[in-house]
Amino acid sequence: MLKYAIRRMGQLILVLVVLSLLIFVWLRSLPGGYERSICAERCTPEKIAELKTVLGLDQPIIVQYVKFLGRVAQGNFGTSARVIPGKSALDVFLERFPATIELSVLAMLFALSIGIPLGYLAASRKGGILDNLSVIGTLVGIAVPVFFLAYLLKFIFAVKLGWLPPSGRQDPTIDATRVTGFFVIDGLATREWDAAWDALKHLILPAIALGTIPLAVIFRIARGSVLDVLGEDYVRTAEAKGLAVATIRRRHVLRNAMLPVVTVTGLQVGALLGGAILTETVFNFPGIGQAVAQSFREKDYPVLQVILLASAAIFVLVNLLVDLSYAYIDPRIRTTGAKR
Amino acid sequence: MTTSLGSARKQRIDHLAGAAAADGGVSLLLDAWRRVRRSPVFWVGAVIIVLFVLLAAFANLIATQDPSLQLLRGQVSVAKNQLAAAQPGFPWGSDFLGRDLFSRMVLASRQTLVVGVAATLLGLFGGMVFGVVAGALGGWVDGAVMRMVDVMLSFPSILLATTIAVLFAKPNQSTVIIAVAVVQVPVFARLLRGQMLAQRDSDHVLAATALGVKRGSIIFRHMLPNSMSPVIVQATIVVATSIIDAAALSFLGLGSLDASSPEWGQMLGEAQSKIDYQPHLAFLPAVAIIIVALGFTLLGESMREALDPKNRR
Repeated sequence: MLKYAIRRMGQLILVLVVLSLLIFVWLRSLPGGYERSICAERCTPEKIAELKTVLGLDQPIIVQYVKFLGRVAQGNFGTSARVIPGKSALDVFLERFPATIELSVLAMLFALSIGIPLGYLAASRKGGILDNLSVIGTLVGIAVPVFFLAYLLKFIFAVKLGWLPPSGRQDPTIDATRVTGFFVIDGLATREWDAAWDALKHLILPAIALGTIPLAVIFRIARGSVLDVLGEDYVRTAEAKGLAVATIRRRHVLRNAMLPVVTVTGLQVGALLGGAILTETVFNFPGIGQAVAQSFREKDYPVLQVILLASAAIFVLVNLLVDLSYAYIDPRIRTTGAKR
Repeated sequence: MTTSLGSARKQRIDHLAGAAAADGGVSLLLDAWRRVRRSPVFWVGAVIIVLFVLLAAFANLIATQDPSLQLLRGQVSVAKNQLAAAQPGFPWGSDFLGRDLFSRMVLASRQTLVVGVAATLLGLFGGMVFGVVAGALGGWVDGAVMRMVDVMLSFPSILLATTIAVLFAKPNQSTVIIAVAVVQVPVFARLLRGQMLAQRDSDHVLAATALGVKRGSIIFRHMLPNSMSPVIVQATIVVATSIIDAAALSFLGLGSLDASSPEWGQMLGEAQSKIDYQPHLAFLPAVAIIIVALGFTLLGESMREALDPKNRR
C-alpha cells in the first residue's frame, strides 16, 4: 500500500513537470504574444523589441523555461496584466480560489443530495414513473449547454422574479470582515449573519447551474450501481435469511452501491472546473473560472499560467486521493494497481 | 504518467468496449436492431435527427431571405431596444442588425450539422489512428499512446477545447471544428484500442494468421470492421457534445465570426449581451441546440443500451 502510494506520488510529480512545460510552450505560441498583452494599444515595434529583451523572450525557449522554473521556485509567477492589473499572478489566484471552492462545494452538495437518493429510488422501482422521468430528465440535463442553463436561472430567478441576486459574490454595501477568503465561513465565524446569508444567496443560482451535469452523472452511476447490487447473490441470500428489508437496503445494497459513486464524485472535480469557466462568467462571479475566461479574452498570460498549473495540480492530486481511497476500500485494487 | 486519470470516463468507455467484445455468433448490429426498434427512446431520437437533417438539407428552400443582408436595418434601434416586428416575408421579425431571424435560424441548422458531424468525424479519425496503432501493435507503443490519451482525458473538455481554440489568431468555423474534435480524440482512441485488444486474441484473427494473411490486412479487414459498432454508438453521442462544446466556445468569444453563415451556437453567443432585453434572440437558438443535442443523445443511449449484454435476455 505504501509502495503504491509512493509510486503514484512519483508519477504525479512527473505529470506536473510535463504539464508545466506544455503549458509554458503553449502560452508562448499564442497569437499576439506575451509582450503585446502588456503594452496592448500602445504597442510600437520599438516598445515590443524592448519588452522582449527585458522579459527575456528573445532567448531560446528552453532557457526561458529553466529561468521560469527558477522564479517559480521563489514563488514568482509574474504580474497580472488585465484581471487585476499590477497584482502578482499568484495573489490573483489565491484571492479568486476560495470563491470557486465555495461555489464547487455547494454545487457538489446539490448534486449529491439529489443525485444519490433519486438514483436509489429510481433503481428500486425500475421502469416506474419516477425512474423513467428522472432518466429522461438527466438526458435532457446533459443536452442543455451549461451557460444557457445559467442564463435561464439568472433570467427567471434574478431578473424576472428578483428572488436572488443576479451577479457578484456579496453585496458591496455590506461591511464584512475578511478572515479566510471564504465569505460564508467568514460571516459565520465573525457572527456577521447578514454577511454570511448574503454570500450564500449569491452562491445558490451559480451552484445549481454548475451542479447540473455532476447531478446527471451521479444519478446515472448511483442508479446503475444500485441496480447491479440488487441483482447480486448476497442480496438474495440476505432476503432468504429473512432480514428486514430496511436492513438489507442499508447494510447490503447502499454500502456496496456507493463505491462507484465515491469515485465518480472525485472525478467530477475536473468537470466542475470546466463548468466554472462558463457559470462564473454568466453570473460575473469573481472566481478562478471567470479569471480564466477573462485571461483568455484579454491575453493575461501570467494569470492563465498560474491558474492552469494550479488546477492541473489540484486535479491530479484529487485523482490520486480517489485512487488511494479506492485501494483502501477495495483490497483487490491494490495488487492490480501495482501491476499496471 | 498516472494510469487512472479520468478513470470514470475510461471505465464507461471500456465497459462499452467489453459489451461488444462479449458478443457471440449472432451479428451484433442485427441483434441490437431487434431490441432497439422496440424502444420509444430510439424512435424519438431518430425522428428529431431526421427532421433536423431534412431542415438542414432544404434550408435554402425554407428560408425566405438572405440571412446575411441587413434588410430591415431601418426598423431596428439598439439604443431604443427595438427590433423589426414580424411582417410578410419575415415571420419572426429581425435581429439587432436588421437581418431576418427566421431565415437565420433555418440556415443555421446547416452549419450546426456541419460543425457537429465534421468535429465528430475528425475526432473519430484521430482516435482511430491512435486506437488502431495502440491496439494492433500493443507493447510499449500501446503504453505510450495510452498514457498520452489518459492525460488528455483527465483535462476538463471545455478547458482543452478553449486552450486549442485560442491558438488560432482568427477564429472561424474550421478552428472551432478542430478545437472541438481534439477533445474527442482520446475518447475514440481508448474505445477502439479496447476493441482491438479484445479482437487480437480471438479465434478469427488466429485463423487468419494461420492462413498466412498479412498483418495489415488482418488489422484493417478483420479486426477494425469488427470493432466499429460501439464506436458508431459513441459517435452519435459525440455529435451532441460537439454541438454543445462549439456553442460554449462561441459563448467565450472563440467561435466563428463569419456573419454570412450563421450557426446556432454563434447566434446564441451573439445574443447573450441582449438576453435581458430581447430573450427570444437567445432562447430560439438555445432551444434548437437542446432539441438536436437531445435527439443525438437519445439515439446514442438507446443503441448503447441495446448493445449492452446485460440487457440481452
